[in-house]
Amino acid sequence: METPTARAPARELFRRWTVQLVRERAIVGFLFLSASVAVVATGAIFLTLLVNGIDFFREVSLWEFFTGTNWAPDFLPPHFGMLPLLKATLLIGVCATVLGVPFGIGTAIYLAEYAPAKVRSIAKPAVEILAGIPSIIFGIVALFTISPIIRVWFDAPVFNALNAIIMLGVMVIPIIATISEDAIRTVPAEMRSAAYALGSTKWEATWRIVLPAASSGVFAAVLLGLGRAIGETMVVTMAAGLVSNMSVNPLDPMQTITAFIANRAGGDLPTGSVLFVSIFAVGAVLFVVTYAVNILADRVLARQRRRFGS
Amino acid sequence: MQKFAKRIVTRNRAIAGFAGLAAMMMALAGCAQTVEFSIDGSSTVYPVAEAWASEVAQDGVLVSVSFSGTGGGFTKFCRGETQISDASRPIKETESSQCQANGINPMEFEVAIDGLAVVVATSNTFVDSLTVEELNKIWTADSGKQVNTWRDLREEWPNQEIQLFGPGTNSGTFDYFVEVIIHPFDGSETKGRSDYTPSEDDNVLVQGVAGSQYALGYFGLAYARENANRLRVIPIDEGEGDGPVEPTDANVESGKYSPLSRPLFMYTDGAPTAGIKTFLEFGLSPEGQEIVAEVGYVKLPEAKRQAMLAKLG
Repeated sequence: METPTARAPARELFRRWTVQLVRERAIVGFLFLSASVAVVATGAIFLTLLVNGIDFFREVSLWEFFTGTNWAPDFLPPHFGMLPLLKATLLIGVCATVLGVPFGIGTAIYLAEYAPAKVRSIAKPAVEILAGIPSIIFGIVALFTISPIIRVWFDAPVFNALNAIIMLGVMVIPIIATISEDAIRTVPAEMRSAAYALGSTKWEATWRIVLPAASSGVFAAVLLGLGRAIGETMVVTMAAGLVSNMSVNPLDPMQTITAFIANRAGGDLPTGSVLFVSIFAVGAVLFVVTYAVNILADRVLARQRRRFGS
Repeated sequence: MQKFAKRIVTRNRAIAGFAGLAAMMMALAGCAQTVEFSIDGSSTVYPVAEAWASEVAQDGVLVSVSFSGTGGGFTKFCRGETQISDASRPIKETESSQCQANGINPMEFEVAIDGLAVVVATSNTFVDSLTVEELNKIWTADSGKQVNTWRDLREEWPNQEIQLFGPGTNSGTFDYFVEVIIHPFDGSETKGRSDYTPSEDDNVLVQGVAGSQYALGYFGLAYARENANRLRVIPIDEGEGDGPVEPTDANVESGKYSPLSRPLFMYTDGAPTAGIKTFLEFGLSPEGQEIVAEVGYVKLPEAKRQAMLAKLG
């Protein structure tokens, strides 16, 4: 590092100041670009869905798409009613979340309030590992372990919605548990202490004071779990079935939006055909549904944070 | 300061060393044997192609085989992505002209005969045979005569919904079945009902049918024979006075198992040369045809086999 000469100290100081300014600006610019990648990617995805979706609706009426109950895009005559796909997506997603909620919240309460350190040291990593297992593994388990059991108990066919509901229920447990546990922990200790001071038992305090206080966070956790279950692809593709019907019986096979896209987007579709753009149309519906769920969860989480400070 | 510099240098040398090693390994892997040509298309023909491929591999001809369905296979073939296209139905006019447009000249070779098998699970003990008309009623899109339960077909059968499994619309098996079971009754503007479990992967169909007592499915004979412990093949009565006919080798070859007997094809781009010719020569040889029988299909009649060999040149 040069020391400024006695002859021109001001010039040297100015040079150093400029260099630092440029470096700062460059770094900020680069960081801005990094952040904008997320925005650009989301925009690009949205545009792709939009452009192809418009192509689709040139051939197919909006009315048939949103109210039709027959989805048979590659048959003669083709039918483009997407209600069967949406029904399957929502049925499996909601039932799976309902299944996972008691276990997820129960886990959260136990880990946050009751678990001794030793149990916690096993349970918490176990929940995290469960969250990290790739979904295709769940798909294999659903098809080869859960399906035979359901077949025997309920006399159901090989592919049915219940396979997916059970497996997805297990998959959403870590999401619900982790976020609910965080929400429960942010409830201030003073509230618990006040409850104890007024003579409540631990469970009374947990059930009547802590949980209601953490309710927005828990609700957000459930919504995020729902978002995951709705968007899940591998499990439903492998185990839930490939038939597009309007049945609400979980023992029947049914095809979700994600399963349809996964099965059709193998790259063999002629670009520009109606079948090809139908993928984008249903993809857009899925995008909107998942986006709505996530936005709602975000708002609720923000309210939890505002109430107690995180 | 000296120790620090030394550590940096050693670290950099180590990184360079590993990078060089990785590059060498990648180059070696690239030098490893390259695939000579690829086959795609019908899942029905797939077991035959796969078996032939593993035999000729010993002579240095390397083939990769997939099964995107007859339709999917032709799409890739007409783009020049594959060199042989497996098909369980003849090539269509539209597909042929698409190939010609890309400078590919499809040449047809008959390689085996299939009797499309209609199957139920072994746990299904009540179905003894089906007529072609009953098959049409099961698979038609015409809601007027469509049946959904076994009892709708015959009074003495259980009042249970028929779980349907079949190839997807990309499959030659699907096209063929629709042509002989649907079109003669319902005209050519329909492809039958769409509310069944479709898959180009016949093993998925096997799993599905075998797993449910009230399931019904159809696919190539080889898959039915291979899973004889889980599936039962149903004799089909064409209504021509022969009664229900089982898809035995003799019945399929003679055409008595009708209308579901059909030839299986492989298409090449013009007259085949080099590895492709070796492959087909092997397939049409007595040894290759033995493999066809082993796989579960029916060998070509001798006259046809000689004719194909002559075409091969």
